[in-house]
Amino acid sequence: MIDFQVDRREDGVGVIRPVGRLNMVAAPRLGTVVGELLDDGVIRLVVDLSGTDFVDSSGLGALISGLKKARQAGGDLRLASPTAQITAVLELTNLNKVLKPVATVQDAF
Amino acid sequence: MSGRQLLIRTIVLVTAALGLNYIIWRWFASINWDAWWIALPLVLAETYSLIDSLLFGLTMWRYRQRGEPPVPPQGLTVDVFITTYNEPLDLVLTTARAAKAIEYPHQTWILDDGNRAEVRAAAAAEGIGWVTRSEDWKGMPRHAKAGNLNNALLSTEGEFLLILDADQIPDPRILHRTLGYFNNRKMALVQTPQVFVNVPESDPLGSQAPLFYGPIQQGKDGWNAAFFCGSNAVIRREALMQLGVTRYVTETELALHKALRAADKVLAKARKGLEPGQQRMEAALDTVARDVRRVRRSLQRGESIADVTYDFQQRVDALARSLVSDDLAALHAELSSIEGLALDGFNDAVRAEGGNLAVLDEAALSRLSARDWSPLGAVETVRVLIESVNADRAGEAQAIMPMATISVTEDMATCMRLHSMGWESAYHHEKLADGLAPEDLQSMLTQRLRWAQGTVQVMFRENPLLQRGLSLVQRLMYVATMWSYLAGFAALAYIAAPIIFMVFGVLPVRALSTDFFSRLIPFLLVNQLLFLVVGRGVKTWRGQQYSLALFPVWIRSVTSAFGNVFLKRDLDFAVTPKTRQSAQGTPWHLIRPQLIVMTALVVAALIGVVRVILGQAELLGSIVNFVWVAFDLLIFSVVIEAVRYPGYEAWLAEQNRKGSAR
Repeated sequence: MIDFQVDRREDGVGVIRPVGRLNMVAAPRLGTVVGELLDDGVIRLVVDLSGTDFVDSSGLGALISGLKKARQAGGDLRLASPTAQITAVLELTNLNKVLKPVATVQDAF
Repeated sequence: MSGRQLLIRTIVLVTAALGLNYIIWRWFASINWDAWWIALPLVLAETYSLIDSLLFGLTMWRYRQRGEPPVPPQGLTVDVFITTYNEPLDLVLTTARAAKAIEYPHQTWILDDGNRAEVRAAAAAEGIGWVTRSEDWKGMPRHAKAGNLNNALLSTEGEFLLILDADQIPDPRILHRTLGYFNNRKMALVQTPQVFVNVPESDPLGSQAPLFYGPIQQGKDGWNAAFFCGSNAVIRREALMQLGVTRYVTETELALHKALRAADKVLAKARKGLEPGQQRMEAALDTVARDVRRVRRSLQRGESIADVTYDFQQRVDALARSLVSDDLAALHAELSSIEGLALDGFNDAVRAEGGNLAVLDEAALSRLSARDWSPLGAVETVRVLIESVNADRAGEAQAIMPMATISVTEDMATCMRLHSMGWESAYHHEKLADGLAPEDLQSMLTQRLRWAQGTVQVMFRENPLLQRGLSLVQRLMYVATMWSYLAGFAALAYIAAPIIFMVFGVLPVRALSTDFFSRLIPFLLVNQLLFLVVGRGVKTWRGQQYSLALFPVWIRSVTSAFGNVFLKRDLDFAVTPKTRQSAQGTPWHLIRPQLIVMTALVVAALIGVVRVILGQAELLGSIVNFVWVAFDLLIFSVVIEAVRYPGYEAWLAEQNRKGSAR
């Protein structure tokens, strides 16, 4: 099972920390979490992947959907501290060239 | 029939008749139901002992002494396996050198489960083969000695295997004396005795088993049920491999049918557990369910398991690919629709692949839909289900496991399976190896507990009474050995009954009448006579003592094996130490239960004396119970000798001191 920890920072940045496996079952819930933050006007988002053990193609899709929604709302979505498997998936799909992850959440904005 | 065999059979019949006469009378005419709480346990214990005696009689019925062994042909290929885990290097090397010196041409291998560099180097220096577990065993169940042997079986090729524990130093003639039995094409196994050289004449730890490696094995041999005892045995590889392959097929079938039976439930539950908005997963699960039904139909039509499961895996892989492909397509569509996104790097990569997105995707698609990353893995139970509908035995290091892995002692279960496939075994009664027995009580207790646990595990997991392919008596021969390990429970009744009489004056039988003595005493006498005749002077007394005196070990073996088999608990598996465990002082704590029992017997006897003096107790009953207590104490006295035993070297030194003082 996955758990999404959400932190709305004072500087207006929203940090989403998926803990567990970001897979086909979990992907729709990431969409919901991103949607709620954007609705509340939190448009600069960081997905902290340090607690995410695994991502599959559906999880990847959910991250890009989140990026698109954030951009449409005039903000951005950035990835921070990916684990080894996630880095491998991003490289495999060349998404690292579009969504270059940063080392820590602090570096994101 | 020889005169001796006729004599044995006569005594067996008389013992059985007298025993049945006694026990039937006990059940129907003698139980003191007013004191049922002790009367019933006692009569059950006596019934247990009678069955034990009847099974022994059955074993002796076909008592068989094989004469000179047949001469083996030249040119057989033989691997000699020396199994070791943590035994000292010099011990392993002594055995290995002796093994290398075996006269019949062979290849010697040290099967080093400890994967020790010094053992490897020493083996290489001696020109002896060295085998340790292959990479396949990483993260898989290791199955102790059975696993060690199974690993070596796949990397060697001799037609025959001689198996030796690291502490069994072989005689150079061992193969010449045993290989000839395999002239019989159906012979799978030849077992020779395990005799120990580091044991004093009095054998305080009961290491020698002259009744077992003698009359009992010879009796079992007569019924084609001679046991494999783990070491000092030669085995035909073809038989073991046939066993391994047959087990692979049945176990694969079993696992597949189990998975298929559970499949509908697993899928329905997975579907129900999905949150709203999971239409894609729902659809995927429906597809898997459809594929599972297809597997069932194909199997019913008689298609092979290999084809059906391969087909299923292909379809599941295709499903995963289509899910990943949809994801990637959606992802690319979203990417290109995001305004202002710097796609230069991404597009460069695409251009590098000739501008064809599909080509670029192929690698990603394959990797992302491979089993470990597949979106179908999102529901754990479904992932396991999909894995189970396969024929690869994913949970084991090797698909083929010739040595049985259902028990901590692989020998009995393996032998039973060989017998049930129609193979034969032989017991060759000649000492062909010098063994080293445990040197102290602690190690001995650990070893006995392990043997008992292993036997009881087999009783629970593959009860011989339910095995197809075995003859009725073969089944009973296996039952006989398992039965003997239940003695711990009977011992409790035999200890409690005299104590209860002495202290409370409660007698579990209605009266100690002539009827009682005239039925019991002749039975006990002929029973001992049988031991005398079949044993021909071998010392069986130690064995008789330990079968009662180690009652805590036997009880623990049954309870721990029950917990292991039915409740999936750990067995506390321990390797028997071959060198003396260093300890300060005499380890009395090891025999605490026995000390408590002995104290209780003595105190009860003193109370009994007082009650006789005060005229409160019946004299005849008291005498019988005094004798009984004395017998119990004599039995239990063995543990005092055992706990004080200093080990063989120290014992020898002590003897020499005494000798020179004289």
